[in-house]
Amino acid sequence: MLEVRGVRKLFDGFLAVDGVSVTVGHGEICAIIGPNGAGKTTLFNCITGHLVPDGGEVRFKGQDIAGRPAHEICRQGIARSFQRINIFPRLTVFENVQAALLSHRGRGRDLFTPVEGLYREETLTLLEQVGLAEAAEVGGGTLSYGYQKQLELGIALASQPDLLLLDEPTAGMSAQETRQTIALVERIARGQGLTLLFTEHDMDVVFSIAQRITVMHQGRIIAEGPPDEVRADAEVRRVYLGKAR
Amino acid sequence: MSLPDPSFLVIQFLSGLTAAMFLFLIASGLSLIFGVLRVLNFAHGSLYMLGAYLTYGVVAWLANTPGRFWVAGVGGSIGVALIGGIIERTLLRRLYGREALYQLLFTYALVLIISDAAKLLWGTGQLSVSRPPILGGSVPVFDQVFPRYNIFVILLGPAIALLFWFVLHRTRAGRIIRAAALDREMLGVLGVNVDRLYTAVFIIGAWLAGLGGALVTPVVTIVPGMDVEVIVNAFIVVVIGGLGSFWGALLGALALGQVMSFGILILPRFSLVFVYVLMAVVLVMRPWGLLGKPLRG
Amino acid sequence: MRRVPWGLFALMAAGLLPLAGSRFYLYLGTDIAIMALFAVSLNLLLGYTGLISFGQAAYFGIGAYTCALLMVRAEIPFIPSLLAGGLLGAAAAFLFGSFCIRLTQIYFAMLTLAFAQIVWAAAFKWNSLTGGDTGLTGVPFPGFLDSPVRFYYFTLAVVGISLGLLRRVVGSPFGRMLVTIRENPERAEFIGVHVRRYELAAFVIAGFFSGIAGGLFGVFNHSVFPDFSYWTKSAEALIMTILGGMYTFLGPAVGAGILLSLNMLVTSYTEYWPLVLGLILAALLFLFPGGVMGFLETRLRRRRHSEARGA
Repeated sequence: MLEVRGVRKLFDGFLAVDGVSVTVGHGEICAIIGPNGAGKTTLFNCITGHLVPDGGEVRFKGQDIAGRPAHEICRQGIARSFQRINIFPRLTVFENVQAALLSHRGRGRDLFTPVEGLYREETLTLLEQVGLAEAAEVGGGTLSYGYQKQLELGIALASQPDLLLLDEPTAGMSAQETRQTIALVERIARGQGLTLLFTEHDMDVVFSIAQRITVMHQGRIIAEGPPDEVRADAEVRRVYLGKAR
Repeated sequence: MSLPDPSFLVIQFLSGLTAAMFLFLIASGLSLIFGVLRVLNFAHGSLYMLGAYLTYGVVAWLANTPGRFWVAGVGGSIGVALIGGIIERTLLRRLYGREALYQLLFTYALVLIISDAAKLLWGTGQLSVSRPPILGGSVPVFDQVFPRYNIFVILLGPAIALLFWFVLHRTRAGRIIRAAALDREMLGVLGVNVDRLYTAVFIIGAWLAGLGGALVTPVVTIVPGMDVEVIVNAFIVVVIGGLGSFWGALLGALALGQVMSFGILILPRFSLVFVYVLMAVVLVMRPWGLLGKPLRG
Repeated sequence: MRRVPWGLFALMAAGLLPLAGSRFYLYLGTDIAIMALFAVSLNLLLGYTGLISFGQAAYFGIGAYTCALLMVRAEIPFIPSLLAGGLLGAAAAFLFGSFCIRLTQIYFAMLTLAFAQIVWAAAFKWNSLTGGDTGLTGVPFPGFLDSPVRFYYFTLAVVGISLGLLRRVVGSPFGRMLVTIRENPERAEFIGVHVRRYELAAFVIAGFFSGIAGGLFGVFNHSVFPDFSYWTKSAEALIMTILGGMYTFLGPAVGAGILLSLNMLVTSYTEYWPLVLGLILAALLFLFPGGVMGFLETRLRRRRHSEARGA
């Protein structure tokens, strides 16, 4: 489904991503891990169109998407959540997800239909899926951190993506919230047959649901494979010595 | 059309340089404030105007005292600097957390208030200040004459530029200011008192504007409306030179000064439109101007 | 508060104004109606899309000159001239906007200001077309609107229809997409919103209605001047918008009403209106950032909360 080959990204002479290749097959759940500054988010940004790679290829469903604008890539079927909260703060939870639906269904060109009742059922269904049905009328910006992350997920799912990219979905969460979120993500991914690629810091999370793991360090890949292999890899252990287990 | 007299061209060139120096004084302050505080100070032209009015006031008050122009100039520019400091500390500071629009509109509110305050204090008539006797008279240039005072201004501009270059690049304070223009948060983390830095920068910027206003008094008539006229020109200068770049302000000022000086000769009908078109073109093609740096994020 | 059709009520109340019999209030009412349209169209960019434009005056001026010139020089009837004013405003907005939307924040604001100044300077110098800085004078009321009362009602009709259309637009999915751009342009991009295209569309729509407002104003004023496009005119509209409240649809209209009425009141006592305006603006920015409508909405929400708790 997603093929990343030899992607490079330079920032003012600093090589944030240096020849990274990742392949994600249909329906797989894959993770990219690595210490801070390893280049995970930059890689994501190259895939989703926020950054233009300086080298290499990004192919999604066979099509070359490297360097295409973000909104186009979104329409191809990739959805993403962000590391820091990236929602529409002054819109209600309902409106947040509804907006994503409106855009996905191409209603953005409609200048005359009142927007209030559009896609009401679909939006509520989505909200239920991510556990926010009761908070529908609450302003997005007033939610607690954990709920905002769930909203992020809801917005991403609204575009009915084929590939879901989650950038540190459990960052800043307590252990319980993390478990809940991961269970939710896994349920949705399996239930809808989504392909999932996520980055994470929390190793428990990663090892529990990822089918394949790619390890990045200082812009390069240092290991790749199923969880057991990666866990046993000497290089990986060295890099993570003393860090989260 | 006959070939223009070369000495006439030289005079035009020198006039352009004179105008450029005043523009430089205002624009450099504007650019400095934007570079560090990220505020586009619409009221900078008003500070300039205040400098002019204050200088007039002190000159009038000192009546026949010798050297009154210099005292007034120093007093006027420092006065404006103080006013700027008070404004920044008590009012502008409260808006830093808010969106850029609030800061912009606040500086516009200042334009309105200061402009009327000046009318209240000094009336709506045209005022003028005579040149200091030391710099009176004219100097022959080929077969024309050019005011000695203007030569002084032309020399003062680069002198101030050099002074600032020295301060910005060779003193600790200057380094802090330059660092602030690049990364404010980092400075706070390093223990620099960012609040006081902002006030200091605003005061310096205001001082420059006030100085410009003080020095311009023997050259132009002091009227209400000079604030609005000058701020638009200042914008053009900082756009061309680069918002946040000190040398850019000088470069832009030199450019605009000559464009205004010769534009009127070559294409009088178009010179007015041309400066704005130039501003637009620079913004479209290279928004950070000739010497500025692209803003990150 | 949202279900009540305040706009409709205001329109009906405005319709009764001529019964007061005062030429003065009629003049003020027409002025307010026109500026309300100008301010609301500006707010499409500011309050809904999050774009700070200092250049709406350009389209206001273009609309005014187009309409007046067509009527006076080409003897084209008022309504087509007015529409032409709006269309030319929209066309100019399309041209200028394409450049402006590529820039961010401060640079965007400065470019919009530069374009307004270009229009001003062109009007100022193009004597043969625009009459230069003496302006285009002697623009008459059109034949079928030959009295201030008739012109007032016509203005109300045009403004009412325009505001109605704008209301539909901001309440539509398109309008919602604009709000997502305001709230979080990066996120909007990543739900599939082509941010630049939407911004340009908003620009063009705002340009159209600013042009209509300009066209109306030129005829109302019986003359058109280059100052219609000076950037400070945009600032006036911005202040009205902030005063009334930029996050509500009618906020800018309310702001126009308050500001112009205050202007009339204050200038009858003193010539220092700019000082008063500056102080009001400063007070707004520090104390009432939501403007009048924002303030009222917060009050109403608090009262509803305390009622709910008390009951």
